[in-house]
Amino acid sequence: MTGQPDLPDTQMESLRGAYVYETPVRLWHWINALSVVVLSITGYLIGVPLPTTTGDASEWYVMGWMRFFHYVSAYVFTIGLIVRVWWAAVGNRYARQMFYLPIWRRSWVSELLYQLRWMLFAERRSMLYLGHNPLANAMMFTLFLIPSVIVTITGFAMYAEASGHESWQYAAFAWFIDLWVNTQDLHTIHRLAMWVIVLFAIAHIYTAVREDIMSGQSMISTMVNGERLFKGRGVIKR
Amino acid sequence: METFYEAMRRRGVSRRRFLKFCTMTAASLGLPPAMVPEVARALETKPRIPVLWLHGLECTCCSESFIRSAHPLATDVVLSMISLDYHNTLMAAAGHQAEEIIAEITTNHKGRYIVAVEGNPPLGDDGVYCIVGGKPFLHQLQEACRDAMAVIAWGTCASWGCVQAARPNPTQAVPVHEVIRDKPVIKVPGCPPIAEVMTGVLSYILTFGTLPELDRQGRPKMFYSQRVHDKCYRRAHFDAGQFVERWDDDGARMGYCLYKMGCRGPTTYNACSATEWNDGLSFPIKSGHGCLGCSEKDFWDRGPFYNRLTDIDQFGIEKNADEIGAVAAVAAGAAVAGHALVSAGQRLLQKRGSDDDNA
Repeated sequence: MTGQPDLPDTQMESLRGAYVYETPVRLWHWINALSVVVLSITGYLIGVPLPTTTGDASEWYVMGWMRFFHYVSAYVFTIGLIVRVWWAAVGNRYARQMFYLPIWRRSWVSELLYQLRWMLFAERRSMLYLGHNPLANAMMFTLFLIPSVIVTITGFAMYAEASGHESWQYAAFAWFIDLWVNTQDLHTIHRLAMWVIVLFAIAHIYTAVREDIMSGQSMISTMVNGERLFKGRGVIKR
Repeated sequence: METFYEAMRRRGVSRRRFLKFCTMTAASLGLPPAMVPEVARALETKPRIPVLWLHGLECTCCSESFIRSAHPLATDVVLSMISLDYHNTLMAAAGHQAEEIIAEITTNHKGRYIVAVEGNPPLGDDGVYCIVGGKPFLHQLQEACRDAMAVIAWGTCASWGCVQAARPNPTQAVPVHEVIRDKPVIKVPGCPPIAEVMTGVLSYILTFGTLPELDRQGRPKMFYSQRVHDKCYRRAHFDAGQFVERWDDDGARMGYCLYKMGCRGPTTYNACSATEWNDGLSFPIKSGHGCLGCSEKDFWDRGPFYNRLTDIDQFGIEKNADEIGAVAAVAAGAAVAGHALVSAGQRLLQKRGSDDDNA
């Protein structure tokens, strides 16, 4: 554990920075991003397959490979999520932020509204945060974490259909099928959750780039080397 | 009460044919050859199980399917096998005479008879939408089930509700397990269920005196543990990515996979692709039409039947997940582009302002 960075809350002119995202968090972020890309593309093409192939069926394995890559990246995604939850428990405080919304903290709520106004061009300056700002935190929780849990459960429930009654997937996830019974609904929910994650990706990438340029704090390089850098004045919030 | 074997002999079935029948029954239940004598002994010694076959809101397609069973043998054998004492369309009795049979069986065979239900009870307006013998069907069902050993829910109506329970379900039809809660209910869904599956379930109960192993949804595992897709003979075309794109295209003529035409095989638990229909003659996919998923809950409300993706009409419009997702993604993309433009403009203005300050 690296502990909490010791930063004076004073206003300084020089470039200030601190190590916030530990290696497992950064590694997870990029592996997870890659798996989401593979999962979304293959998943989309499983529901809406590519134009038909012709010739002998034994010469092709298009849907087979599509499903194979979907399953492999699904395992990467799921195991990554589990490791990430574990790291939230043992890592520094910034590793935990994504997993809860501190709505009971009045300052968090008012800063969430401030960040919203900032994104709507109603505030001239962004606040500075070592970790996630409240708006980013809210977005990660609602548009990434929750749909991720939903795609994982529905995904494994559908996996259990193919692997059969004796499989561990069936033992672990068949209860979820009971909620809808008709497994066509699992496909629909799975797909809707995928689209929510696509929306998240659009908003996430855009706001990361924008904040990197406009808010006076580093974003993209932080997810590469773990260092949050601040330029200019301003009180840094934890 | 006479045994199944006695009833068969009385109907002129030879011992040889009887043993053949036992072999077929064992095979259809997935039992090893060594179990054939067990089946024969059971049918020779055990008294026939009385069956009350009730009809609620339904179309009689389950009965139509049932009487076409090929393995176990056809009509007369099956009918003598289970001592079908009450069946609206098949029994000779009518009127009060017929209704008395129910009272007779339920009092004289307490806990040793089976109620097979075709169709389901409508609960709306005190059940007036289905009257049997002058009473709402719900009452007949509850009376008949009171001392039953088990209840078999024939077909999708009795198992899940089927078409009469589809939105908006004006008669409030409900599946059997929602009104009969104190008895084991075996669901044998399908619209109709496969004849051999129906007789297979009955012959299992008769042979072993116990109910078949059920899955989490209450369906016999031996017939409903796999999807149509898992055993489909066109599965190789699915894995290869060879699909029918339009009716009557080359792919349709070549027998390619019907997935893109909305086939529900991947989400439908039934034995169609294994046992097929009409003595193994064919099944929908083999005839070139996708599976409708008729043995699944609310399959009427999971349309369109010719689209892979189900419409979501909770939003008041008929759109599937992709259409909703794509619209949202395009909207988000446009919002991002607009936001970026405004941000860039604002930044430009600020810069110009600070340049002016410096000058």
